[in-house]
Amino acid sequence: MAEVEETLKRIQGQKGVQGIIIVNAEGIPIKTTMDNTSTVQYAGLIHQLVMKARGTIRDIDPQNDLTFLRIRSKKNEIMIAPDKDYFLIVIQNPSD
Amino acid sequence: MTSKRPKSTGNGVGSKGKGKDKKNDADSPADSVDIFPMVLTSATQEMFGCRADEDVTGDNPYKLLRKDDILQDMRTRAAVSDFSPAKQLVTDYPEEEILLVYDIDFIHGQSFYLVLTVETKDKMLSLPASEEGVAAEAVPSEVFVQEKTPEPQPWVSLGSEQEIEEESVTDSRPRLKYKISRARREFGARVCFSSRNAADTKDGHMECSSYQDRSFSLRQMERQSAVQAIPALHSSSTQTIWRYPKNMCTQYEPREFSEEEKENCLQSESLKNFVNSVAWRFETALQQNEIMDVFLDDWKALKEDDGGYGGKADTHLKEYQSFTDLHFSKEKTISDINWHPTINGVIAVSVIERLSFEDRINASTKLLLNPSLILFWSFSDPINPQLLLECPDDVFSFEFCPSDPNIIVGGCMNGQVVLWDISAHVERLQGTRSSGGKNMAANANAFAFEDKRAEETPVVRYCAVSAIESGHKAPITDVQWLPENFEVTRLGVPVENKSQICVQVITCAPDCCVMFWDIRTPRMATQPMTDRRQKAEEKPLENPHGVPNTFKHLDLTWKPLVRVALPKIDTSGEYSPLKFSLQDNTCDSHTGSNADRPRLQTERSEANPEYALLRVPSAKHVKPLEDVVSKFYVGTEDGELIYTDWKLEKDHDSGRLFSKTSTRLFLNDGYWSQSRPAVFFIGKEDGNIDVWDLLEKTHEPSQTQNITTAQITCIKPWIVSSKQHLLAVSDHLGTLHILEVPWTLRTPSSNEKLSTRKYFEKEVDRLVYFEKRMETRSKEKRDMEAEETRKRTEPVMPEKAEEQILEEALKDYKDYLALEKVILKDMGLLVDTDDSSDI
Repeated sequence: MAEVEETLKRIQGQKGVQGIIIVNAEGIPIKTTMDNTSTVQYAGLIHQLVMKARGTIRDIDPQNDLTFLRIRSKKNEIMIAPDKDYFLIVIQNPSD
Repeated sequence: MTSKRPKSTGNGVGSKGKGKDKKNDADSPADSVDIFPMVLTSATQEMFGCRADEDVTGDNPYKLLRKDDILQDMRTRAAVSDFSPAKQLVTDYPEEEILLVYDIDFIHGQSFYLVLTVETKDKMLSLPASEEGVAAEAVPSEVFVQEKTPEPQPWVSLGSEQEIEEESVTDSRPRLKYKISRARREFGARVCFSSRNAADTKDGHMECSSYQDRSFSLRQMERQSAVQAIPALHSSSTQTIWRYPKNMCTQYEPREFSEEEKENCLQSESLKNFVNSVAWRFETALQQNEIMDVFLDDWKALKEDDGGYGGKADTHLKEYQSFTDLHFSKEKTISDINWHPTINGVIAVSVIERLSFEDRINASTKLLLNPSLILFWSFSDPINPQLLLECPDDVFSFEFCPSDPNIIVGGCMNGQVVLWDISAHVERLQGTRSSGGKNMAANANAFAFEDKRAEETPVVRYCAVSAIESGHKAPITDVQWLPENFEVTRLGVPVENKSQICVQVITCAPDCCVMFWDIRTPRMATQPMTDRRQKAEEKPLENPHGVPNTFKHLDLTWKPLVRVALPKIDTSGEYSPLKFSLQDNTCDSHTGSNADRPRLQTERSEANPEYALLRVPSAKHVKPLEDVVSKFYVGTEDGELIYTDWKLEKDHDSGRLFSKTSTRLFLNDGYWSQSRPAVFFIGKEDGNIDVWDLLEKTHEPSQTQNITTAQITCIKPWIVSSKQHLLAVSDHLGTLHILEVPWTLRTPSSNEKLSTRKYFEKEVDRLVYFEKRMETRSKEKRDMEAEETRKRTEPVMPEKAEEQILEEALKDYKDYLALEKVILKDMGLLVDTDDSSDI
């Protein structure tokens, strides 16, 4: 538990990081550093996106799997690392 | 009858064959003479041996009975006998034996019948033998008769051969035969064409000229047309509305975990493994982003800085226009400048006497005759002011109302607050700006009226003036409108402003007071009826000076809403404020108000709010705003800058920002540039304008420019358009200079705001560090002092005299030399010299 906290703190301490969310396989947020409304919004939308992305990769090559997804927008960058049971979402504002 | 008939008598026998039943009906009436139906009782049946179904049956229905027996029976039984009805018939019967037939099918109506004639009897008895043959014979002959073919008859002509003759096609004459031949050599030969004039022969051409067809010139007066009524065919269909459930809207909630579930998940091993395995990816990505922003367009960023090279030479403030009036601003100085917020090119200045306090007292009688004025200048007319506002006394500071530019508030030298309403003259101000050209043309034409025009500058008297006793006791040095988002109650608490227009004014004066004034009718707890009636009567009274009635409710009775004293922080006494500045406050419920403001302003110009009808709302009905900062900065007479709170509560946050600095030249006025966050302008006593650019140099102005010889009293910049920024500078001589800000000073460089903010943050950090250092220093000092006192209390060590110290040093040196010699000797390098000479 403490290890998890420490790792998350390390990530949070990077420059420009706006928030971190840990979501379980169904899209329900488990841990977050942002407010509740944004968290559930991000969790729901990103969960769908990750499912789609993962499906795409596996359709193209069944041996392949998604390891990391980065979405760059005008204002910030969303990074997602999916796993079997969970995924971790980090939102960063790189120009700050 | 014919041979057909015998079948009927065999009916009883042949009653098995059903086909013959149909003949029966025709036969029965014919046989009524021969047949006599009768009923025989069972007794009679036994007597005569003709019991039904035993002696006589369907197969054998005939029974011959002796006539004598029957007669005997009739005699013995008389009326009772069954034969009695047929008594006469039986008696008449010729033969000895009479036939009784058992009628099993009741053909004749009864179960038995007597056959009364001999022939019939014979026939009946003989029939059964030959009946079959007769029947068989009868049938084919009957059929045969029916199928007889019709005989051919001679043909009778009915006239049809004529028709046939007419219709048939026959040759009326013998057929002609032609033979056409052509010479064989001409087949496939060359064809020669020659021209021929069509007019050579008469029939060479055939002309079909157009002619008017008579048939079309006839008008049909009557025409037969067929009409047929047909049923109108409509196609219609119906369909039932199939109402199937359709989702109109859904309301949903995101799924969330409860706290325990979250805790469970967080504690699980899999999560730990996951986070550990995934963290490095994130760190790589985050650091990548930090190191280099791949999406930054370098070319684009370069372009913005490039423009600086072109106009580098042009950093001076160019003189655009200058205004001075011979009548009104002679011997006077300008105390405050304000640009008109909505009308472009109109600027107002307040002029005051250029006299020191003593001279004022000496010349007070003369001064009373000269009215104090605020002049309105327009760019189209540099010689004559457009509008003059009359003040009860010299105005040091004034401001246009942001929500209604026709209202102007000013603070006078005698401590009164004055209000003007220039709604009546707005068109004049607007007209001069837009039709500047026209005015010049009119000026040339109406040369004779020039003097009159000069005098036509309207003078507007003030609308309302505060009560003298309740105003300030010293000249009001700064007046500002409170922004329209909020207003202040009697206790100084900022509350929501329902009317969304500026209704409150803050003034400050060196009498150590900051006052809040409200331009609405104050709430009176009880207003006696007499007063109200009086007011109603006063309304139709003509105002003698032509002053609009806008602020009649305040005139001469205006009292401040809140009076805030500024007690000094460290020492006793009070600060005497000269200028103050409010923080930009926007509140929650009106986040869009800034965008709506220009629109609202145009709306409001049509419907000027009736200030007399506005009432100060009671404190209960308005919502207090928590996020409005009620603190403001005050600059005092002693040269200090204070940050304090106006709420009438104990405040913990006021602080003194910096202590007085002595400069050789007084800085008279300054203003931040409106478009560049790192630039501000300072006006000095020697008539120079200093332009400070915080990003270029922070310890001295980046450039200085001399505008005028007298000292500068006020600076105000204004953005006319994106290409033209103007700076209004007024000097002590009463002249108003309008300067144009060059491109370099008005266009911010990229990231200027960010850099300026960083600079300020750095400065703040430095100050904080400074303070900390001061603290640590003072602590060190204390420690050192403590140590010293401690030292003093210990036994004093013998002090070494100076000579002693010198001796010791010398001794050390000698020791060192000896050591050196020894080492060198060991190394075998020493050259024997005189050691006493070098010391």
